[in-house]
Amino acid sequence: MFDLTGKAALVTGASGGIGGAIARALHKQGAAVTLSGTRAEALERLKAELGERAHAVAARMDDAADIERLAKQAEAAMGKIDILVNNAGITRDMLSMRMKDEDWEKVLQVNLTGTFRLTRATMRGMMRRRHGRVINITSIVGVTGNPGQANYAAAKAGLIGMSKSLAQELASRAITVNCLAPGFIATPMTDVLTDEQKKGILGRVPAERLGTPEEIAAGVVYLASDEAAYVTGQTLHINGGMAMI
Amino acid sequence: MSDIAERVKKIVVEHLGVEAAQVKEDAKFIDDLGADSLDTVELVMAFEEEFSIEIPDDAAEKIQTVGDAINFINANAKS
Repeated sequence: MFDLTGKAALVTGASGGIGGAIARALHKQGAAVTLSGTRAEALERLKAELGERAHAVAARMDDAADIERLAKQAEAAMGKIDILVNNAGITRDMLSMRMKDEDWEKVLQVNLTGTFRLTRATMRGMMRRRHGRVINITSIVGVTGNPGQANYAAAKAGLIGMSKSLAQELASRAITVNCLAPGFIATPMTDVLTDEQKKGILGRVPAERLGTPEEIAAGVVYLASDEAAYVTGQTLHINGGMAMI
Repeated sequence: MSDIAERVKKIVVEHLGVEAAQVKEDAKFIDDLGADSLDTVELVMAFEEEFSIEIPDDAAEKIQTVGDAINFINANAKS
């Protein structure tokens, strides 16, 4: 089950904690992977770790031309793109009263607009081949909201609406578009939290622990698989019971 | 002129998986050739690529038959 041999996957944000785990998991199931992100060195390291069937293309998700180039280079490297995992994302947290336009716009541009552009750039090949998997990594806060993250929550909620629309547009071509919404996951991004902050978060998680990047990656493998062909327009929440939606 | 017509027909045959004989100039993409709305978008994009032209959305909406496509491209293509 969930064999991805012969499939080609493009993972953005692959230099991060969750993105790296997603790339490793897809690769382990047999897929070729193209790793993208802004930190070329980290991508090269992961590429070397994976060995065969791995490619690295650094790109910026706030640059339309760079996104076009990424889609073309990934397709050239692997011959096709079957699985697109839009995982790249940034935060610029601030209470709304003090949030600058620039912080609002940057987060929307990378997390939402960049995802749309890359999906648009890859969907043509998927349509032609009558097969595709688009998996957008959203967040629990896109559904629940979170103080200090109006921009991030708006972008992540936007991904859910966008994915449902794309799912309807592309379903007849056997392309599924789904979201995966992690809760609090142990990554370098959460490592910087103080013990007190962590305790506060864990008080809201019935599972009483942070999730692991591997637990997110397992959800991506499922959504990317042939077995999940009938799942589209959905959001898979992986959050230890923190929100049940 | 006939060259353009041939190229258009070839794209339609390849794209919609229909018989060449069905692709007459008065054939409607949706009613006669079984295309759906996504197919028509893909066809327009394929024409744009093949003939290096841009087909604006309002013009694309009026292209409903094979002949419409040939006429538009004849009037707008450079090569």
